[in-house]
Amino acid sequence: MAGEITNAVVGVLPRFEGYVYPNEAIPHPLWGVLIVIYPYITGLVAGAFIMASLVRVFKVRALEPVYRLALLTALSFLLCAPLPLLFHLGHPERCYEIMMTPHFTSPMAMFGFVYAWYLMAVLLLELWFDYRGDLVQWAKITPGLRGLIYRVFTVGVMDESPRALALDAKLGWILSIVGIPSAFLLHGYVGFIFGCIKANPWWGNAIMPIIFILSAVASGIALCVFVYMILIWVRRQKVDMRCLDMMAMFLFYALVVDAAVEALDWIHRIFAAEEGFFVLQTMIREKLFYTLNLGQVTIGTLLPLLLLGSLQLLRRRVPELIRRRMVFGSSVMILAGVLAMRWNVVIGGQLFSKSLRGVMGYKLEFAGVEGWFMGLILLSLPFIILTVLIKLFLSERLPSGGHAPSDHAR
Amino acid sequence: MNTRFTRRSALTKLSGAIAALLTFSAARAAKTAVQKVFAASGAPKDYDPSKHKWLMCIDVNKCIGCGLCVEACKKENSVPEGPYFRTWIERYVIPKPEPGSGQTRGETQVDSPNGGMHGFPPPPVPKDQIEHSFFVPKLCNLCQYSPCVQVCPVGASFDAPDGAVLVDPKYCIGCGFCIQACPYGCRFLNPITKTAEKCTLCYHRITRGLKPACVEVCPTQARIFGDLKNAAPDDPIRKFYENNRVQVLKPHLGTEPRVLYAGLDKEVR
Repeated sequence: MAGEITNAVVGVLPRFEGYVYPNEAIPHPLWGVLIVIYPYITGLVAGAFIMASLVRVFKVRALEPVYRLALLTALSFLLCAPLPLLFHLGHPERCYEIMMTPHFTSPMAMFGFVYAWYLMAVLLLELWFDYRGDLVQWAKITPGLRGLIYRVFTVGVMDESPRALALDAKLGWILSIVGIPSAFLLHGYVGFIFGCIKANPWWGNAIMPIIFILSAVASGIALCVFVYMILIWVRRQKVDMRCLDMMAMFLFYALVVDAAVEALDWIHRIFAAEEGFFVLQTMIREKLFYTLNLGQVTIGTLLPLLLLGSLQLLRRRVPELIRRRMVFGSSVMILAGVLAMRWNVVIGGQLFSKSLRGVMGYKLEFAGVEGWFMGLILLSLPFIILTVLIKLFLSERLPSGGHAPSDHAR
Repeated sequence: MNTRFTRRSALTKLSGAIAALLTFSAARAAKTAVQKVFAASGAPKDYDPSKHKWLMCIDVNKCIGCGLCVEACKKENSVPEGPYFRTWIERYVIPKPEPGSGQTRGETQVDSPNGGMHGFPPPPVPKDQIEHSFFVPKLCNLCQYSPCVQVCPVGASFDAPDGAVLVDPKYCIGCGFCIQACPYGCRFLNPITKTAEKCTLCYHRITRGLKPACVEVCPTQARIFGDLKNAAPDDPIRKFYENNRVQVLKPHLGTEPRVLYAGLDKEVR
């Protein structure tokens, strides 16, 4: 803006250009890196679950090798999903009030319930029904603490009759069907937290939940590819190329739909050029130049589209090794791109004043609750949990009968 | 042991527990809704909020930008030092258009140094080039459909029956959602209490028959405060209505504010 007047608030002077409301002239945005990580993690959960549902509900048999891995990935990320939210609260000790006295018009109030429903009623139950038969077997043959863990997880139900196992499979299938809308609800709801804020032209948008869900599906599948490839590499096993090609295909289609809807959103915003249009221009040209143009668009969308798209066309002609690297590379780029997208939404929405007359700056710090070190810890935590879960429940040394869930399902 | 029966009974117990939790939640929510109107609001016990309807009117033409209201508010309500304001004053400077530019006016410049608490420096544009310059006091807009109350996850922000929008600091979890949802930038997270805070119309004063601190100290009566349910025919608030055509801020958002302005310009957001 030409001829700006900078807000003369002591100590924070260089961070602002133009006019921002005095209450907005705080040193850091109200919602920092923790709130960037929160939708990222819940998105990965939803995406990984949808990936598992492809096997169970849509009977994509090629993906069976990653079915359990996808569910365990979803679980380990879901366990960490509320942490960033909790840490960022002014009064974390009052967080239970969200469930005790929820305010029903608030999009945030339902989080506890949606989360509890998804964790308890969908994911844990589905995992339990899927694993129960194996757990009983493992409990019998494994000694020591490990055996005790398996025994505890059977919850005392040691029935191994074919009838009981068939019931397990049937209930797991039903839960999986319930789980798909639940996963959409979990993450669409996160999108609505931002989409419902009409005061903010960057956020207030009817298709925000859809954009969140679609990018979540892409990031979740990418995460499964990433975890699968790392696991194969650590265990020095051979990659199941049929499975990987299938994941690459779903990743490509998810990304196409995601990119199309996000592009539609952008085209609409640019065409309508409503009140906050200058904000949009400043964001693209200055404030979010790298994370948006480079991170979200180029690395997160265009390059993977190119790589995965060319694989769809030329799959048979590309040697296996190159194919593996292309898919793995795409998955890493999509994971980074979706993180950049969450950053652009959450931080971007707080880089301009609601007076629409000025912009704020943001510098990510190292230390503190909202620092990038904390962010790194919170992003690593699910991987640590996943390692433990894989050691316990995807062990190579234990026999497993549950790798083909669609065999049991109706 | 019959496995099917065990599972079924386990599921029954689980759904029983969920139902109990929901009932408990609903009961607590109802109890809180009744209690909280008076909890931590600073109102005396005999105050009946249903017998009042508070309204704030602002005559932009009268404000001289002295900043006394901002200072009084900070002192009266112990508002922390720094970028935290329950009320503030904005200065708008609209320069004359450059000759031959084809514009009706130059680019508007707005500032509010330290909320206007200590007045304003000389205008950034030479005096002979200014077409319009005016001050706009800002405060909670007392929205009838308040987006901040709508999004509060625990109901700590609430609409009192007398029109005030209040926050219960003993209940607020400090998530900041209401601050994001307020279109007018009227809320802030108190860095000491870590809870959301905003203009209460000096609730501890108005419920005892006094005026809000900002209204009390305004030397030009740019801020006019009144009770719609108990306004006499010669009440300043009625006069204000009779003598002015009024506007609200950001009317397109449908929040229906009950802070009414006379003499606003299109540049004011």
